[in-house]
Amino acid sequence: MPGRTRENLVGFNTIVVKEITRVLRIWIQTLVPPAITMTLYFIIFGSLIGSRIGTMDGFDYMQFIAPGLIMMSVITNSYGNVVSSFFGAKFGKHVEEMLVSPMPNSVILLGHIAGGVARGLLVGMVVTVIALFFTDELKVTHPLVTLSVVFLTAVVFSLGGFINAVYAKKFDDISIVPTFILTPLTYLGGVFYSISLLPNFWQNVSLANPILYMVNAFRYGFLGVSDIPIGRAYFIIGIFIAGLYSLSLYLLNKGVGIRD
Amino acid sequence: MKALSIRNLNKVYRNGVVALQGLDLSVEEGDFFALLGPNGAGKTTAIGIVTSLVNKTSGEVEVFGHSIDREIELAKSCIGLVPQEVNFNQFEKVENVVLNQAGYYGIPRPLAHERAEKYLRELDLWGKRDDISRNLSGGMKRRLMIARALVHEPKLLILDEPTAGVDIEIRRSMWEFMQKINSEGTTIILTTHYLEEAESLCRHVGIIDEGRIIEHGRMRDVLRKLSIETFVLSLKQGLGSAPQLDGHAVRYIDEHNIEIDVSKEQSLNKVFAMLSSQNIEVLSMRTKTNRLEELFIRLVETKKQRNSA
Repeated sequence: MPGRTRENLVGFNTIVVKEITRVLRIWIQTLVPPAITMTLYFIIFGSLIGSRIGTMDGFDYMQFIAPGLIMMSVITNSYGNVVSSFFGAKFGKHVEEMLVSPMPNSVILLGHIAGGVARGLLVGMVVTVIALFFTDELKVTHPLVTLSVVFLTAVVFSLGGFINAVYAKKFDDISIVPTFILTPLTYLGGVFYSISLLPNFWQNVSLANPILYMVNAFRYGFLGVSDIPIGRAYFIIGIFIAGLYSLSLYLLNKGVGIRD
Repeated sequence: MKALSIRNLNKVYRNGVVALQGLDLSVEEGDFFALLGPNGAGKTTAIGIVTSLVNKTSGEVEVFGHSIDREIELAKSCIGLVPQEVNFNQFEKVENVVLNQAGYYGIPRPLAHERAEKYLRELDLWGKRDDISRNLSGGMKRRLMIARALVHEPKLLILDEPTAGVDIEIRRSMWEFMQKINSEGTTIILTTHYLEEAESLCRHVGIIDEGRIIEHGRMRDVLRKLSIETFVLSLKQGLGSAPQLDGHAVRYIDEHNIEIDVSKEQSLNKVFAMLSSQNIEVLSMRTKTNRLEELFIRLVETKKQRNSA
């Protein structure tokens, strides 16, 4: 709304600060579990099994999987933050505090997306630090690609988490998508292997998995190698952001799941 | 100026329940207005539509001249809402509940801190500001919702049963507080099941039933429509049956208590004279129910009888 830019910025900051404070306040639930899980991945797949695998695309297996594991934690945490926070607000009815206020729906949406991105990136940093303990060298070949891809991917999955929260009616509903869709797609998205190892048919099937593009683009930022063209990865991420943002805003404007 | 103007408001829920049927209501700026009605009459739905928590099916709503269809942000910025159910994050600290709400209304942090302190002090919650809000008592939670609703200093405060389940001492202090902010210029719309509360606080009243306004006007004019009042008299000497009083229905409760209906054209002096002539001495007298309650019950029952006929 024209003339309310400053007020809207205050509203946006309020949501972001509230979300980040929540993440830090419950750090045992938000920061510690991904750190432990990723440490186990690095120990089992990197140190124990990885040493027998040898190289992948010309890199140590540990170096190869590190970007994928960082991306995996960013995806699950940005999604998980928004879905749990917004569903929690619906469940506890304090979403009404925002709905009665003059904040436009776009600000409510962007505030929650920013909160999800913040948690995704925070966990990503924690996992990166852990990766440094297990790899001799974690070089960043294309820093801008690395940062932009991780940021944009966190935006995509924060939006996904928001839509899940809008439709969720009970706590079970916020774990169905992560368990049955997100996790399989992430595991099959080239985190642990290069799709060049797959038969042609399964390579083509893998190309339908959007997470493959995000993981590979991120790996390209670190190692300079990718199974797919980087431009296509940006295009697909862009399409997802535009589509999911439009859908989220439409749902908020219609009041789906939040207004009678 | 009208603080709230509702015209031909309709709401049909997805399950087919018709909550509002052409509701018309207006509240003047500065008024203390009671919106009354039985459970399920449509009060909370109407408030939900005004505050954007419920989508309307059709109709027009304006808040201080701002349409909720065309100037929703301006309309919302005029309203403070104290809902029926607790709806703040119960894991937040008390002060943060108020500060976050201020942020949603675009109030910068320094000013939000000032206002939070002002209203938490006025509602006797400042000492609890660092407590987790879940740990507050029921009355404190209601007062916290009032502080939260006032932090952006709205021109229209809507209180949906703010004193439900609150003990009488806190209720009275909340009444004083509401009267104070109303005298300072805030328009108040109050829904309550304590009709004594509505009668003593409010200047205008609207009674809603089955999604329509069935009575609307100044409190004293509406009460004047009550043609019969019932009084309960406590008697000094015990009686075996109800005494006969010309022109009055008298009902026997027990040997020391009787009920007498008195219409507004009849004089209480005559009632006492007739009782004295029968050597019946009255020790005390009270109205059987609150006058507004009486009117409310009669209006709703009359409507039900008309519908069933």
